[in-house]
Amino acid sequence: MASIWEYANPVKFVRTADRVLPWLSGLSLTALVVGLVWGFFFTPDDYRQGATVKIIYLHVPAALMAINAWLMMLVTSLIWIVRRHHVSALAARAAAPVGALFTVIALVTGAIWGQPMWGTWWAWDPRLTSFLILFLFYLGYMALWGAIENDDTAADLTSILCLVGSVFAILSRYAVNFWNQGLHQGASVMRAGALAGDTAERVSNVYAVPLFICMAGFALLFLALVLLRTQTEIRARRMRALLMRERMA
Amino acid sequence: MIALLLRDLRLAVRAGGGFGLGLVFFLIVTVLVPFGVGPQTDLLSRIAPGVLWVGALLACLLSLDRILALDWEDGSLDLLATAPLPMEGIVSVKALAHWITTGLPLVFIAPMLGVLLSLPLEGYVWVLVSLLLGTPALSVIGTFGAALTVGLKRGGLLMSLLVLPLYVPTLIFGAEVARRGADGLAVATPLAMLAGISFGVMALLPFASAAVLRINLR
Repeated sequence: MASIWEYANPVKFVRTADRVLPWLSGLSLTALVVGLVWGFFFTPDDYRQGATVKIIYLHVPAALMAINAWLMMLVTSLIWIVRRHHVSALAARAAAPVGALFTVIALVTGAIWGQPMWGTWWAWDPRLTSFLILFLFYLGYMALWGAIENDDTAADLTSILCLVGSVFAILSRYAVNFWNQGLHQGASVMRAGALAGDTAERVSNVYAVPLFICMAGFALLFLALVLLRTQTEIRARRMRALLMRERMA
Repeated sequence: MIALLLRDLRLAVRAGGGFGLGLVFFLIVTVLVPFGVGPQTDLLSRIAPGVLWVGALLACLLSLDRILALDWEDGSLDLLATAPLPMEGIVSVKALAHWITTGLPLVFIAPMLGVLLSLPLEGYVWVLVSLLLGTPALSVIGTFGAALTVGLKRGGLLMSLLVLPLYVPTLIFGAEVARRGADGLAVATPLAMLAGISFGVMALLPFASAAVLRINLR
């Protein structure tokens, strides 16, 4: 075990991923089942929100991982730009659809939660809006990966897009904050509702413990999916290379 | 650099239609909005600053793929890349040329279109100022998008998908300046933010665009 850069070797990466994957998926499945079952069936109803409070077990972990997935893509993109390890670029590519899916889950569960709580499926609240923008960034990133034929060019361009996109995503986050407060003050009532659910400190322990288990489950699920997708992509590339060699011979 | 700027300007004006197209598009969008939302004057005057901003943004987007695509096709981009001018300078000049041919006319036509939307009297100067400050940012960000998609067939749609999310902060602050100005409120904060975004983007994004263009020309 010399350094983490050993895993930049695709063969080593695939072999390790093969070994780790069953454990990761098993752990993630266990955590998700325990967390969700505990959360859904063995926690009391909230005195004001009733049973709808239990959407938190899907909503918050998904939102958490949606942001962290972009963060991971940012790190792997940087590694690709600096050290040119193909596994890193592929990991960024593999993480994008997973992150986008988590973003959709967070948005949809948020809407389902918002309907009984706020009386509306959607409000142009800063949090909601910035998540929608994050989703657009994911879409653009994936579209760019899909549009370019040369793998290395695609990796280069998407990693630069990821860097620039990160800066603009943060800018949008604060711009949106500003915009809403300047626009309609009425939304602050709704924001209070969102905040009570969104900051873990304000959640009582009865709900928090299964919530943390769910977060761990989602994180492990994300890891497992990214590993699996990266591995698949490495194998697909090797197959393509072998086919090319066959045709040349 | 000046020679390149003059060449781009001349090409934009003389070679086929692209020059006025953005303006006409802006006009049509502005005319279509009252058909869409109804002719009530109070409603129109309330949404006028936002409509003008969104219209200007879309008109800007329309002409983005002309920034680099034509030069890419006839190979003059390769020539430029081997010229002594650094790539950062090339993309900056390209963005400037795009702004002069698209952004600047939009800025000056916007107050006239404001009449159609019964923009409040206080709003005219702020629409003008916010567009004047904001459209350069639109051009520079658009050049980044154009550089990303320059090598692609049918890159136009993809470019809109990439560029529109990047336009969000500029649009928010720009429209906010115009709206607050029209309502007669203080505009200092969003104006400062808009200027910050605009100048920050002008200073930093050409490096990203140049890097992207170098990759695409490899």
